[in-house]
Formats: sequence, C-alpha cells, structure tokens
Amino acid sequence: MKCKKCGKKAVINMRQHKLGLCKAHFLEWIPQQTQRFIEKYQMFGRDERILIAVSGGKDSLSLWDVLNRLGYHADGLYINLGIDDGTNYSAQSQRLSESFAESHDLHLHSVAIETLEGYSVPEASRLTLRGKGRPCSVCGLTKRHIMNRVAREQQYDVIVTGHNLDDEAAVLFGNTINWAVGYLERQNPVLEARSGLVRKAKPFFRFYERETAAYALLRGIEYIYDECPHAAGAKSIYYKEVLNSMEAKRPGTKLAFFLSFLRAKESGIFANGHTDDRSELRNCQSCGQPTTAPDICAYCRTWEQIRNRQSRIVDERRI
Amino acid sequence: MPVSIALRDIVYEVRAGMTARDALKKIDILPESVLITRNGELITEDEILKEDEQIRLIAVISGGSDRKTPGQVGKNP
Repeated sequence: MKCKKCGKKAVINMRQHKLGLCKAHFLEWIPQQTQRFIEKYQMFGRDERILIAVSGGKDSLSLWDVLNRLGYHADGLYINLGIDDGTNYSAQSQRLSESFAESHDLHLHSVAIETLEGYSVPEASRLTLRGKGRPCSVCGLTKRHIMNRVAREQQYDVIVTGHNLDDEAAVLFGNTINWAVGYLERQNPVLEARSGLVRKAKPFFRFYERETAAYALLRGIEYIYDECPHAAGAKSIYYKEVLNSMEAKRPGTKLAFFLSFLRAKESGIFANGHTDDRSELRNCQSCGQPTTAPDICAYCRTWEQIRNRQSRIVDERRI
Repeated sequence: MPVSIALRDIVYEVRAGMTARDALKKIDILPESVLITRNGELITEDEILKEDEQIRLIAVISGGSDRKTPGQVGKNP
C-alpha cells in the first residue's frame, strides 16, 4: 500500500477513512486532525492553561506530545494509585510519565493516593463495598476527584484526557445496551465547566486506538505496554472486542456509531429526557468540591468508609 | 520455512507467501486490535510475509472499567 499523499510506502492503513499514510505524513496528519477537533468542538484556546491527565500509557503521552508540538501550554498530572500486584504497574507508569516530561522539558504534577489518603487503591477497594471488591470503581472516582481538585487549586482552565474513539465507543455501547439515559446524556467530547467542576475535553476522541498506538510507536514514545493488572475481564475491554469484530467486517462502524450518537444528541434526542447534567451542585461539607449529594461528596464518603472499616478491623484484632 | 508471529508471550507460525491480513485471520486475531511490525518497522496488512521472517504484533486495546457505565460508579460525583 502506498501513502495517499506522496506515493511512498504506507505504514498505516486507516480503513475507515480509506487512507494509507507513510510515517512522515501520518506524523503530520495526527496533529493536524487534533487541531481540527480542538477547534471544531471548541475544546480550548491557545491562551488557556491546560492540565493533561497522564497515565504513562500510549494515549495520554501521545496527546501530551501532540499538544506540545501544536504549541499549547499543557502541564501534566500523574496520579499514583499504588497498583503493584507484583507488576510494579504504578511505579513503572510514573517513571515513564516523569521521563517523558523531563525529556520534553514539561511540567508534571504528581499525586500519590497512598500519601494523600493512607491507602493504595487496591487496599482501599478491599475495604469498601464500592465496586464489589474490584478497584476500578474507587480508582475512577479517585482520579476524577483529584483531577478536578488539582485543576481548581492550580487554576487550570481545562482538564484534558487521552480518551480515544475506541474508549468512547465502548462506553457508548455499554450505556446503550443498558439504556442508561443519564450517562448517555453526559457523554461528550467536551464537558463544560459548571459550579466548581473544571471543563473537560478529549482531543483524541475521534482517533482509533490503533492510531494513537501507531503515533506513539512512530514518535519513539516509551509508554507502559502492559495493561493495568485489574483491567483483565473488564467490561470495557469486552465491548471493544465486540466493536472491533464489527469494524473488521465493516470498516468505519465504530466511528459512525459514535458520531451518529453525537449528531442525534445535537438534534435533540434527549430533549425531554433526564436532567442529570443540570442537577444542582453543592459544595462538599468536607472537601469543598462540587457534589450532587446533600452533604458529603462520594469521594469523601468512600474514603471515610475505608478508614472507618480499617479502624474497626484493628480494634477487632486488639480484642 | 514458516513465518513466526509474536504477540506478547505467544508465538504463532504461519506459512510464508500470505498477506499479514490473511495471517492474522488464520491465527484468529482481529486486525483492529493490533499493529504489525517487521524488524521494528510498522507495516500495513497487505504486506506479503516472507520466509523465515519474524513479525511482532503490538496489542493496542487498553482500558479498565473505571469509566461511567451502569453499576460501576455511584450517582454523585
């Protein structure tokens, strides 16, 4: 296959676009498209302060690289969740995030959940009913809380994440087969700021996962290749596999699925639906972050429950 | 001589002369879920695999279940 732009040997074939590109043109195409998406979906402007959530994975590091190449001022935020399980997962992903920041002369904030709350996410998940023993629920809640907290404290205008089309399509698929209208209503490439919640944007949401991985590989970005040890058996991965089977037979299925969803929303599919997104936010009485709960936010409630349960275990052992 | 195709710790063998796409089909791997490399260089699925060569696949699927889907997170942010 030849590059559509120059006729040299292509390194990637994006069947959904009927587009094959060589290394040089693919590495030009990704930032050009990213800039187009940033403008089209009014994600952020050149003068705004951007906080990018960095996990050490291919998507977030590639996005940081692209934003940097496009001339945006983006600082990173790495959250160490204390995931080890014999793989050193968190330590390794932190090292890769730090090494990327250092080699590109970029600023990285680091927060360790164990330092902040006293327990790692896997330890915490064993002490709470949230997530039924799986750390993913506590992990997601914790990351969202810390991202918003750091962005507010450090006065960033927008939080960006490296979610790609496969991530978005998998979430959409899961929410559609469950008809979770409230979640469907909230799924967007940009979540506008409101009452203490900092704006969120996903500049990579139209790229397939293969494309972000290819970008990382071709740019020589060292990222954590192994999956989070807790992701095995995750529903989102299963949904991605289902969607990829459809994509293999009909290229463009994933992209059409997500873009048609956005168009349907724009045309008012949820006009008379739930109002979750507009539910009133109050300040958490414990941490001050916005919450729809009447008093204490889910983050504070969960971590308080974790500490209480641990104290009870210690007390019972003393008896 | 066969072509060896490695994905993480697993090594498959296919016969030379077929395209990478056909080889993936043969070993039951969805082309959307991997990148194909030959000597560290990315190649497209229409490339013909040659005798004795070593192909490495890079898995691209990532993600846990920390995104908002029913039953995984509570109602309040």
